[in-house]
Amino acid sequence: MLSVTDLTMRFGGLKAVDSLSFEARAGDITAVIGPNGAGKTTVFNCITGFYRPTSGTIVLTHPAGGGTFALERMPGHRIAAAAKVARTFQNIRLFAGMTVLENLLVAQHNTLMAATGFGVLAVLGVGRYRAAEAAGIEKARFWLDAIGLTSRADDPAGALPYGAQRRLEIARAMCIDPVLLCLDEPAAGLNPRESEELNQLLLRIRSLGCSLLLIEHDMGVVMRISDHIVVLDHGKKISDGSPPEVRADPGVIAAYLGEGDEDEVPA
Amino acid sequence: MTALRDAFLSAIVALGLFGPLVGLVTANGEHGLALTARPVATAVIVGLVFFGRLLMLSWRGRTPRATNRALAERITRAGKYLTPVLLVAAFALPFTGSRYYIDLGTLVLTYIMLGWGLNIVVGLAGLLDLGYVAFYAVGAYSYAILATTFGLGFWTCLPLAGILAALWGVLLGFPVLRLRGDYLAIVTLAFGEIIRIVLINWVSLTNGPNGITGIPRPTLFGLAFSMDGGPGTFAGFFNIEPAVIQRIIFLYYVIFGLALLTNWVSLRLRRLPLGRAWEALREDEVACRSLGINVRNTKLTAFGIGALFGGFAGAFFATRQAFVSPESFTFIESATVLAIVVLGGLGSQLGVALAAIVMVGGLEVLRDLLSTLGDQLHSPFFGDIANELPLYRMLIFGLALVVMMVLRPRGLVSGRTPGVALTKPKEIAPELVAQGRG
Repeated sequence: MLSVTDLTMRFGGLKAVDSLSFEARAGDITAVIGPNGAGKTTVFNCITGFYRPTSGTIVLTHPAGGGTFALERMPGHRIAAAAKVARTFQNIRLFAGMTVLENLLVAQHNTLMAATGFGVLAVLGVGRYRAAEAAGIEKARFWLDAIGLTSRADDPAGALPYGAQRRLEIARAMCIDPVLLCLDEPAAGLNPRESEELNQLLLRIRSLGCSLLLIEHDMGVVMRISDHIVVLDHGKKISDGSPPEVRADPGVIAAYLGEGDEDEVPA
Repeated sequence: MTALRDAFLSAIVALGLFGPLVGLVTANGEHGLALTARPVATAVIVGLVFFGRLLMLSWRGRTPRATNRALAERITRAGKYLTPVLLVAAFALPFTGSRYYIDLGTLVLTYIMLGWGLNIVVGLAGLLDLGYVAFYAVGAYSYAILATTFGLGFWTCLPLAGILAALWGVLLGFPVLRLRGDYLAIVTLAFGEIIRIVLINWVSLTNGPNGITGIPRPTLFGLAFSMDGGPGTFAGFFNIEPAVIQRIIFLYYVIFGLALLTNWVSLRLRRLPLGRAWEALREDEVACRSLGINVRNTKLTAFGIGALFGGFAGAFFATRQAFVSPESFTFIESATVLAIVVLGGLGSQLGVALAAIVMVGGLEVLRDLLSTLGDQLHSPFFGDIANELPLYRMLIFGLALVVMMVLRPRGLVSGRTPGVALTKPKEIAPELVAQGRG
């Protein structure tokens, strides 16, 4: 459903991503892994419209004939609103001063806004906004149950523990009804139990028909839940395949464990 | 001992500051200006600083930090009862019949309305706007020009003035979209000045620095408030003696209504997706974009709606004064309104109202208080302090503002109440709420 072709991203003289091509299939959990500085987050930022790639194409095809979107040419907010690609951030970006519920409602902004009659009708208290809001709260409640935060719905998001903030950010992204959810290191900083809960949540999201693309350092998470892994190093793809294939790839092992430089004199 | 040394240091700083400012006076002497020294007045002020600092240190030494938090909660809880009290007081004010108080009330309400308008931009959307007076000016001149050129009435022009101001708000929004924080502040500051300078120089339209006179007064359902008491007037219709106070009271209720409208719309919007998006924008713009919120349009609506209420207030200002000139729309007005919003607590409706009462009403009360106090102190020892004391008004006021911001850095009413809740809305501590960086 997502096909990245010859994606290149330069920052001045630095080639962060170098003619990268890969596919993410519908209904799959695709993981992008690689050592620090391999260009994973840059790829994410290109896909979600935060960077405009230097060259290359990123095409998203909605499953079941929902249309095709050239993501590299769309403005950032349209990628979420029209192409339905949601994302989370490496350093959690919640609306800390707003409640958990409000965070989930802000994510439904476009749906709710459409029901306000350009704001005027809803200010006057007429029209169908009330029903739309009730539906929005119902959807928020569904995700609150899914991430186990229903009892904290009216607490400020900034007051939640770290693991809960991670889950909330995922739930917030799910509230835009995405077809593709991009997660930037969702397991970073989680303890093993929280990490396991996250796996269950991600599998549940996949079972709801949403495809996932994730950047992850935690090999436990990656190997256990991914259907397909893309390995990057220095902006280039060095391996691509199912978890067992990637694990057996000597190039990947070299990239992760380090390899001797060519001019290094053997002892 | 440290406290003593600290107080002593403060006294030296005060001496350095007030020595030249208060201790030396220039007066017309025989050969031009002459300098006179005033050691007593300086000593009094330096002594005040010394003991004030000593008192402050001993007070802070005794009270633990936690009480500050409890105080904040108490203020928030008191706010629930304060709102109806203030509303009733505002409604009942004209019954005092005192022209002075009604005029002062009208002025305070104008600033409350401006504060609430700016609160949408600065408090909710987190966009620092230093040129809010521009929209006030656009509203005032729109009404002035429409009324004097086309003979339109106040109630026809009021929405037009608001819409024109909103239009300018959107126009201003376009170039500043890419700017954030300090840069945004500077551009809005410049915009405020541009409007004022255009008003001064576009003589054919605005009559330049002379301003526009003879702006018509508002009518009550077509009944004018004129002094002749004829059949078409308010006094004539109700068969009462015409008096100026009737118009003053009417104007008071007009601005009262307009301010309430501003408040009502802001409160409604906060519960709607648009208001929530503004607050989300203040919290994190990048996250908003990732959720499909059109950041540009959302900022534009904040600017536009804020400007709309500025325009309404401007039209009211023009009709109350019956005269507008560029002098009324200087940067100091923007600064006052912004100070009201910041002092009140970003995003808080009650805080803004309280801050406007303190900043605008308090300043007037202080003027009275100081001149009465000065009269009491007529004695050779204090010299001509009776005439001078009122001049210290701004100094005392500035000091009060500094003290207030030190004690309550996030404003008078600084918590945030969420607009929607699953069970029961809970106040959100100000430390968690972002202040916005444009």
